[in-house]
Amino acid sequence: VKIIDFSFMPKIIRILSKDHRDEESSTSENQLFDIIISGGGMVGTAMACSLGLDPNLAGKKILLLEAGHKKEMDRVPETYSTRVSSISPGSATLLSLGAWDHIANMRCKPYNKMQVWDACSDALITFDKDNLQDEMAYIVENDVIVAALTKQLQTLSDHVKVQYRTKVVKYTWPRPYHVSESIPWVQVTLANGKTLQTKLLIGADGPNSMVRREAGIPTVKWNYDQSAVVAVLHLSESTENNVAWQRFLPTGPIAMLPLSDTESSLVWSTSHQHAEELLQLDEESFVDAINSAFWSNENHSEMVETAGSLFRTALSVLMPDSGSARQLPPSVAGIGPKSRVMFPLGMGHATEYIRHRVAIIGDAAHRVHPLAGQGANLGFGDVAYLTKVLSQAAFNGKDLGKSMQHLLEFETERQRHNLPMMAAIDLMKRLYSTNAAPMVLLRTFGLQATNALPPLKEQIMAYASK
Amino acid sequence: MYSKKLARLAFGLLAESTLKCPLTRSVSSRVNAVRTPCSWTVCLHHRQKNPLSEGLTRLNVRTVSQTTLDPAEVRKFQAMASKWWDLQGEFAALHSMNDLRVPFIRDNLLNVHGIRQLGKPLAGLRILDVGCGGGVLSEPLGRLGADVRGIDPVEDSVQTAELHSSYDPDLRERVRYQACTLEELAEEELEGFHAVVASEVMEHLADLDAFASCCQQVLKPGGSLFITTINKTNLSYVFGIVAAEQLLRIVPSGTHDWEKFVSPEDLERLLESFGFYVEAIRGMMYNPLTGAWSWQQSTAINYALHAIKRKEEPQPGQVWAESENLDEPGRATNYS
Repeated sequence: VKIIDFSFMPKIIRILSKDHRDEESSTSENQLFDIIISGGGMVGTAMACSLGLDPNLAGKKILLLEAGHKKEMDRVPETYSTRVSSISPGSATLLSLGAWDHIANMRCKPYNKMQVWDACSDALITFDKDNLQDEMAYIVENDVIVAALTKQLQTLSDHVKVQYRTKVVKYTWPRPYHVSESIPWVQVTLANGKTLQTKLLIGADGPNSMVRREAGIPTVKWNYDQSAVVAVLHLSESTENNVAWQRFLPTGPIAMLPLSDTESSLVWSTSHQHAEELLQLDEESFVDAINSAFWSNENHSEMVETAGSLFRTALSVLMPDSGSARQLPPSVAGIGPKSRVMFPLGMGHATEYIRHRVAIIGDAAHRVHPLAGQGANLGFGDVAYLTKVLSQAAFNGKDLGKSMQHLLEFETERQRHNLPMMAAIDLMKRLYSTNAAPMVLLRTFGLQATNALPPLKEQIMAYASK
Repeated sequence: MYSKKLARLAFGLLAESTLKCPLTRSVSSRVNAVRTPCSWTVCLHHRQKNPLSEGLTRLNVRTVSQTTLDPAEVRKFQAMASKWWDLQGEFAALHSMNDLRVPFIRDNLLNVHGIRQLGKPLAGLRILDVGCGGGVLSEPLGRLGADVRGIDPVEDSVQTAELHSSYDPDLRERVRYQACTLEELAEEELEGFHAVVASEVMEHLADLDAFASCCQQVLKPGGSLFITTINKTNLSYVFGIVAAEQLLRIVPSGTHDWEKFVSPEDLERLLESFGFYVEAIRGMMYNPLTGAWSWQQSTAINYALHAIKRKEEPQPGQVWAESENLDEPGRATNYS
């Protein structure tokens, strides 16, 4: 009698019935994150810090992916770097959760006053706080900001992890409906072949955002026919240097932002051709070009001058206390050893900031002209609000990526804030890009009138400081 | 306001079968009375052996503790799963009710127990979700750190809930589901839970006394009982039955029985007689246009209730003296 051995049956049954979902999840369990932030620039790193410091998000697993290498700065380098940002008090508050101390220890320059004036007329506007003692904003090098945030992140390393030199090659989006046997999380495939999973993906990967592109979010964008030339300027003589200067030339605005008593940062937006010419000039000619751009009145026309001074007289009759004398910026003697750089300018706005399990922040969501110094601040504003919204969602036990209600709240609030700002900046850029007489007259009157109305100026400053 | 069981029943899976539910006032009189296919009043009846359900149970050889799923089962679950967890589907109002329920439970538990751990405010607390359905309320409570046990007599819901929470390792550890009734659980878990949640369940039960008694058994002394249900008023008839079921058809006809609604006063009296102290009652309102719930003063339609089990064991059948001082739980002097 043959006895058929069935002892292997249980094993086979177990193998056949083995839930491959279990298998998948057991290997990827340690690679399922609550939040992955793609892009470790100023805004991405600030987002990681902000999430890491939030008490309601304690215990959540957060990962920051950055394609470049770690930016550490034990000592501040002697020379200033060319890329700087104007940090508003609102952004400083966000960063004050630790990183600001590092920034203050490294290097930053507060300024108290800003003068903006036209090259085609005498119109000018100055912004300052009531008593010139208060700081309006701060000029900080981008490298310093990133290094300070990186330092802050190191203190949060128990639940915020960072992977440098990590490039993402593919995103796989989950279906919004729960379908059995499919993974409900966002999958991030790295260049080294590994796949990570996350409940919420935050895209902070810059104006050419891959997250935005792969998610299929339509974007309204156009290129300005302008490039910005940046350099570090050595001033002729040491001065208190707490004023930011910006002059609107017909070719584009030129700005001088204080870095220290003897040095300032140049941001000159002009046509591509002119920008290339400027880069080719030798140091002396370049310096001459800068000084002449700030000082010369060659673009004034008589008619405009007469009209302008008439209007100014009229205003001074109506509002005797208003109006300011035009001051001239300090003259430039030389430029810093780091070479001048140019980069193209454009405008971009994503029509949606969120999708199922995705959110985009910073330049990935909105890109602006540097003429108002608002680009970084808009990004930091996104960081602050998204953190607040996610914190609330976590405190209500919600699935962070699936809670469309909270993500929509973020999108609505930030679009309401960002769009008017972007529209205003774009309008300014277009308004000042011409020296046709009617436009010049219009903007001359407009600028002078605004300058004569302190309440209006205060509103503008408050909006820009948020 | 919604019958969580509705969609499943509509698929005809349990159209004829009814479930064992010993919470009956009088079994014999009710057995033949209410047998509507779409009603959750099925809990009135003992399980009736039905060829259809027998066939199904034979297919369902696996218990709910295993995660392996038969492809045929998976297809069924897919249809149901999208209903439970489709945030724009039939159960959308239950999902949006979480905006009120979860903070209500969380804040009241935090008041009693204090914050335990940052990021996980309910860590270390054992919570029982009675009538958990697809786990709509169990999951957020699990995410807040609590140890949640969800029970529901309907196996299919429990499997849906398990499937949905199985992908998230956090939830897998903290939220467990079981297909059983409260009675069955009460036998095993005497005084095992810090809190019991019975949300949108009361209006579907027949025997509230048995329910209250079981809750009293499974709760630790000083433990919390959270109930959300519908009031028995003219207004709730107009909005809950007429408007919701017949006019706007938010809920199919016959889902709710106005007779079963409980007023907060009756509920309070019932709970007090079982050794609870009612700590808070708040009115809730659903706005069908926005799909959102909000708190309101009036408890005329929906309301939420928080009761605490008194620390001293009452003698069975004890009637409490009407006394102004009977405010704090755990006072021994008034018991005789």
